[in-house]
Amino acid sequence: MIQTVLNLVVVLVTIGIVMVTVLLHVAYLTYFERKILGWMQDRMGPMEVGYHGLLQPIADGLKLFFKEDIIPAQANKIIFTLAPILVLIPALVGFAVVPFGRDSIHVFGLTFRPYVTDINIGILYILAFASIGAYGVLLGGWASNNKYSLLGGLRSAAQVISYELSLGLAIVGVLLMAGSLSLVKITEAQGGGVFHWFIIPQFAAFVVYLISAIAETNRLPFDLPEAESELVAGFFTEYSGMRFAFFFLAEYANMILVSCIATILFLGGWHAPFEALSFIPPIIWFVGKVYVFLFFYIWIRGTLPRLRYDQLMMFGWKIMIPLALANIVVTSAVLYFIRG
Amino acid sequence: MEAHTRQEKENDPNRVYLNDPEPRPVTEDLPLRRSEDLLLNMGPQHPATHGVLRVVLELEGEKIIKATPDLGYLHRGVEKLCEGLTYQQIIPHTDRLDYICSMSNNFAYVRAVEKLLGVSIPERGEYVRTIIAEMQRIVGHLFWLGTQALDIGAMTVFFWTFREREALLDLFEEICGARLTMNYFRIGGVNGDLTPNVIFKLRKFLKEFPSKIEEYDRLLVNNRIWLSRTKDIAVISAEDAVSFGLTGPVLRGSGVNYDIRKAEPYAAYGKVDWDVPLGTNGDTYDRYWVRMQEMKQSARIISQCLEKLPEGPILTDVPQVVAPPKEKVMQDMQSLIHHFIIFTEGFRPPKGEVYCATEAPKGELGFSIISDGSPKPYRLKIRAPSFVHLGAFDHMARGYMIADIVTIFGTYDLVMGECDR
Repeated sequence: MIQTVLNLVVVLVTIGIVMVTVLLHVAYLTYFERKILGWMQDRMGPMEVGYHGLLQPIADGLKLFFKEDIIPAQANKIIFTLAPILVLIPALVGFAVVPFGRDSIHVFGLTFRPYVTDINIGILYILAFASIGAYGVLLGGWASNNKYSLLGGLRSAAQVISYELSLGLAIVGVLLMAGSLSLVKITEAQGGGVFHWFIIPQFAAFVVYLISAIAETNRLPFDLPEAESELVAGFFTEYSGMRFAFFFLAEYANMILVSCIATILFLGGWHAPFEALSFIPPIIWFVGKVYVFLFFYIWIRGTLPRLRYDQLMMFGWKIMIPLALANIVVTSAVLYFIRG
Repeated sequence: MEAHTRQEKENDPNRVYLNDPEPRPVTEDLPLRRSEDLLLNMGPQHPATHGVLRVVLELEGEKIIKATPDLGYLHRGVEKLCEGLTYQQIIPHTDRLDYICSMSNNFAYVRAVEKLLGVSIPERGEYVRTIIAEMQRIVGHLFWLGTQALDIGAMTVFFWTFREREALLDLFEEICGARLTMNYFRIGGVNGDLTPNVIFKLRKFLKEFPSKIEEYDRLLVNNRIWLSRTKDIAVISAEDAVSFGLTGPVLRGSGVNYDIRKAEPYAAYGKVDWDVPLGTNGDTYDRYWVRMQEMKQSARIISQCLEKLPEGPILTDVPQVVAPPKEKVMQDMQSLIHHFIIFTEGFRPPKGEVYCATEAPKGELGFSIISDGSPKPYRLKIRAPSFVHLGAFDHMARGYMIADIVTIFGTYDLVMGECDR
């Protein structure tokens, strides 16, 4: 009995730690984005709130929290309030299966593992929840009863469905090589230095994943659902205050999540690239690799213009999906001949 | 999503018209399935309409069936206002037409008045005017490049072009004390001379400027997304462009060789060596290319003008029109009276009618003045390129996607201050 309660406490504490860490990273990711974009564009970025603007994310959060919560008179109130939740929850739930490090911590005879849970269908679980997020966007756009929102929501539905296909297909190659859907197992399969990472044999899949992940998170050059120069703010045009913040949090949480998955699937998760560097704790390696991807996303945003809706679909269906399929065929064939 | 042609749509018996020309009898059974265009109201408050332009879009999915621009949200009645002002008092009002390039408007206006008066400008004045007008053209094109790129999603270009624009605005501030509404040109010349410091800084800017253009090009010209967003978008043929009365880079993008600076050279344009860049396809990319080349040509014109800059006065010596210099006004009774008369009564141009077109960064900016011999114009009409260009908007937007609307706004280089007047 006591053991059960203790186990429950351990799980709850782990969940708490993961959630707080993720949300803090989400908040500060906005700060890093603004700073990095600022430096790329010959300006300073946030400087006013705190030392070099370090308290800016907190100020932004507080501001949004205290803003008036407006629901348009013509909106469908239930779905309008439900949509931000439908977007945010799946983005956060995905972190439950991400292994952040190698070593469990032992405190007072309790074992804290570096992940909330390790289920044997980890990657499938994340993909499934990511698809639910698309409903939030679609419903949010529809319930606002605004043409801009509706167009944004429709674009989003089309985009997420198309790119989830190539995203899922890109992953299959890795799954074939690792022989498991569990993120912990996939990480362990890449032990032993940089040459064992899946990025080398699965480079095509890596590229497809990276591009699809940008589309999946609605970032430039695929930010059509919220293309501000065309659709004002797309599906969240009518949202304000905390609900608006939910959409924003979800976008950045999704960015971190897809970066985490990319790290696990292709860059060996928490593994050090060389034996000689393994004195640096695994969790540092993990976070470092994730931030490489995050920097890459911000860098892309600073560089590229936005694609048009039909070009985006064409790119997804005519280039990304065939490439991912070809990768699966080649990987299966090679694995068949090697393993017999 | 596979769209019907417009013709097919019009023949569709189930189609419901937005403004049905012949209302159908009510007794007719309403069809269960009907198709209806999505009517989207874009603007006047919209992040990409470059001011307060409103466009009513009829959409089929994301495809544009019809685009109707609705103007007048920034109408300030400038033309009517001018009828109550003396000729000098109108100059600051022209600043507020195309507020991105205020001195180009000043230039176009004072040229029209000078043509009416038959006044000629001292040579140094002409060179200074040319230099300033070309600086203003660079500022205008930088602003256009930044906003067009921002509309298509490339935000970094915007900040980079504003960095160079800032350098030029600083120079303007040094020349005439203002950065946006300069009010620098005078009937008969310009307000202040270029100081050696300004010339030095301008030379320095011109030296660095080509490398900056390379920098923008590196971000855009080899970028496949940029190419796919601009190539074959909003195509207009040379004949159509001429019939719609398009001018400036929009016309030259279609390959029509018409630049007022070459066709009827004014100021110092005939005395320097420069080329008119021409596009071939008349799409957004060609207009982009034309404007980029024009910036290089402007830099070329400025540096030649700086080399050739003659000594001498910058204001013409026609006492009926030009006020005496300020130093004299402070010391000399006659000059004080002269100054007072010029600025209270104005001057009386001969009776007549005049139209004078100037190549502004956005196209042909023309001022048509009817004088009844009084110190105030009887009627003043402004031919604003933005206004004329919007006439071709529907023609250029039909059949493209919503996302292209912002590209088309950008490619015209619209400024609503000039369009609505």
